[in-house]
Amino acid sequence: MDANPTPLKGEFVKKTILGAGNLLTYLIVLVVDIALGFFAFKLFSLGYTPLGICFVLIIIMISVAFLIPKAHMFKWMAIGLSAWLLFSIFPIVYTIYNAFTNYGDGHLISQTQAIGQIQAQTYLPETGKAYQWIAYRSPENEYLLWLKDADGNTTLVTQVDLEGDAEIPLVSGENGIGELDEEGAPVTIEGYTRLNRILAATDKNLTNIKFGDPENTIQVRSPSEAAELLPLYAYDPETNTFTHATTGTQYFDQEGTYTAKNGERLIPGYTALVGTKNFVQFVNSPGLRGPLVTIVIWNFLFATFSLLLTFSVGLLISIIYGDPKFKGKKILRSLLLIPYTIPSLITILIWRGMFNPDLGVINRILESVFNISPRWFTQPWLARIALLVVNTWLGYPYWMLVTSGALQSIPGDIYEAAEIDGASGWQRFRSITLPLLLVSVGPLMISSFIFNFNNFNLIYAFINGGPPIPTATTQAGYTDIIISYVYNLAFASGRGVQYGYASAISLILFLLIAVMSLLQFRFTNMWEEVGENV
Amino acid sequence: MSKQPLSGKRSRTIGLVWRWALAAVLILFSIFPVLWIVSASINPVNDLANQKLIPDNWGFDNFRQLVTNPIFPFFTWLKNSLIIATVSTLLTLSLTTLAAFAFSRFRFRGRQSMLKSILLIQSFPNLLAIVALFTIIKQIGDVFPPFGLNTHAGLILVYSGGAMGMNIWLMKGYMDTIPRDIDESAHVDGATDWQVFSQLILPLLRPILVVISILSFIGTYGEFIIARTLLTQREMQTVMVGLQIFTAGQYTKNWGIFAAGALIAALPIMIIYLILQDQIVGGLTQGAVKG
Repeated sequence: MDANPTPLKGEFVKKTILGAGNLLTYLIVLVVDIALGFFAFKLFSLGYTPLGICFVLIIIMISVAFLIPKAHMFKWMAIGLSAWLLFSIFPIVYTIYNAFTNYGDGHLISQTQAIGQIQAQTYLPETGKAYQWIAYRSPENEYLLWLKDADGNTTLVTQVDLEGDAEIPLVSGENGIGELDEEGAPVTIEGYTRLNRILAATDKNLTNIKFGDPENTIQVRSPSEAAELLPLYAYDPETNTFTHATTGTQYFDQEGTYTAKNGERLIPGYTALVGTKNFVQFVNSPGLRGPLVTIVIWNFLFATFSLLLTFSVGLLISIIYGDPKFKGKKILRSLLLIPYTIPSLITILIWRGMFNPDLGVINRILESVFNISPRWFTQPWLARIALLVVNTWLGYPYWMLVTSGALQSIPGDIYEAAEIDGASGWQRFRSITLPLLLVSVGPLMISSFIFNFNNFNLIYAFINGGPPIPTATTQAGYTDIIISYVYNLAFASGRGVQYGYASAISLILFLLIAVMSLLQFRFTNMWEEVGENV
Repeated sequence: MSKQPLSGKRSRTIGLVWRWALAAVLILFSIFPVLWIVSASINPVNDLANQKLIPDNWGFDNFRQLVTNPIFPFFTWLKNSLIIATVSTLLTLSLTTLAAFAFSRFRFRGRQSMLKSILLIQSFPNLLAIVALFTIIKQIGDVFPPFGLNTHAGLILVYSGGAMGMNIWLMKGYMDTIPRDIDESAHVDGATDWQVFSQLILPLLRPILVVISILSFIGTYGEFIIARTLLTQREMQTVMVGLQIFTAGQYTKNWGIFAAGALIAALPIMIIYLILQDQIVGGLTQGAVKG
């Protein structure tokens, strides 16, 4: 009787606390949802619809995870999955979408923005509403313009591109305005000089400045006249066309560019879906396809040789010095591990200095010993060899570590049996060591291959893909691999950015990598592992 | 059978000699760049062309220049790098550990396909999506500037969100090796999931936590291309971005300063390697590749 109440009481307390805890959970989820909802709303109102949708998904996920008891396991991953969704999934979806658009130079903005910018283009008509004018100039070369139309109405307007009111009321004594003359123009304005005919005629800036408010701009046309600017292109929302105000030429929407029948284009264009154009482009355009073939072949060669070289040097070291009787093994291993302990970017940059053809230590040594001075950065094959040397240096310690571990796990009695059968050292290596080793490190070889296949840092920091391929229409070099080529397409300044095309190649590259990765997963039984535990 | 004629002792001596000869070549290959950069950093000549392995009158002038040079705010960069790498690592660690616990301990619909898609999507290189990442951070910044372009917070989010996949797998794989009997008996005693996680499982995860944090720290510390894209202001950039931009300019004339900076920048990672070598080796064989 006496022993029982305690657990009951405990349960009661626990339930109450849990209830309060639940309430707190609801409150926190509510606050988080509202904050995120507000964030999403702002995104939508700025026109960032895709990202807004992402945040709506995150809100749904968080609410489901924390409010529905059955989905309690998602509580553990809600934040992680949100980050994953935003920075892993969404970028991929975005890249896929871009691959089917013309996103890039000349097509960077939305349709609404492009139409707005084209509509803002104006011209100074020969006829139209004209004004009499007088200009005032400040020491900082800011201007005010006094205008008088045919009906005798006078105004004082400011420059369109300066902040503040477009118009200043013409009241004597206010805003620094002095007395008005018989025409109604201020004789003086504080901080400004009234320009007389000669000064105004010789002022270089005056005829280029737009005055008034942005919708209704006025420009000086002649010494005696100022006139209202008119839009150069009239937009018709129903037919989605622009018409030139004076020539009457019509411009039709063609894949994000308003184009006339004779091929003349209006600038800017907007980001539009262009279907598979980007994919077709490098099949048809020799200027794009040519370098890409070179790049893809080199990409595979680079990854293959990098793997072979790093693997064989690493394996050689662990075979020769793996012998437990070998003294100084430990110190040797530490010394040989050094390349691995330095951030790779730093060592790549050091190698870059050492390989410098004119000043670097490598050529200084080669010159004094062999009297040769190879042009590492300008000759395609020399550049490739230099890259492989650097990559071997960067990568062999990894394989030294991995293979020495794997070799130790091969049982010694197999070797004893082989020795009794009279197998030579090479035979033992070929038919026992290598096959067993390949089974255990095979998956790591695939991931190392993939890593080198996308080894952007090395290519970019060491040589930036150079030397350039002369026939290429975009920036491409003999040592470029696909990923560095894509990066240059998207970001290299000078030749224009082509996000759409870059995304299309990214997708193809992703497919290549995905196939290799799937191969690796099969090897490691990662797929099966998932199933087993269910 | 071919090595019969030599007596055991002589063959061993010859073996030792060529082994050490080869070792000498390998060691030279391995440490020459390091010696070279150490020598450059203490050489007052500061010029790639006139550098010698043993400088004529060495000193620490180049290191002093790092502190005083106004166009090269080296220690600000180093501080930025350490902050970004530390925070990203902690964030990655907590997010992946929690998510991996759910994947390892709960059974629910969609678990398998989620795990598989996480793994597959992880193989998409972050770099290819750099235009998208830039756009996302820009748009987020337009609404909420503290996480926008040119902020460390935005970059940290990108790093942590992008590194989830492989780490979840490493962590889940390790958790799967911890027998589920442990938590079942705890559940019988009335422990909640959270108690099981924080009091039973978490302490057992130490080795894998160490591996993931080292790899994540080294990876983010060494990354430069996303950092360069998202951080536009000189004072906000990381040490790797700084060094890379530095070498793109007139580096042959400032080789000594670069060398000094490179040495200091490499130091944190070298220290980590020397102290935690064995754990790193363990992590490598589980499939992680150095970034």
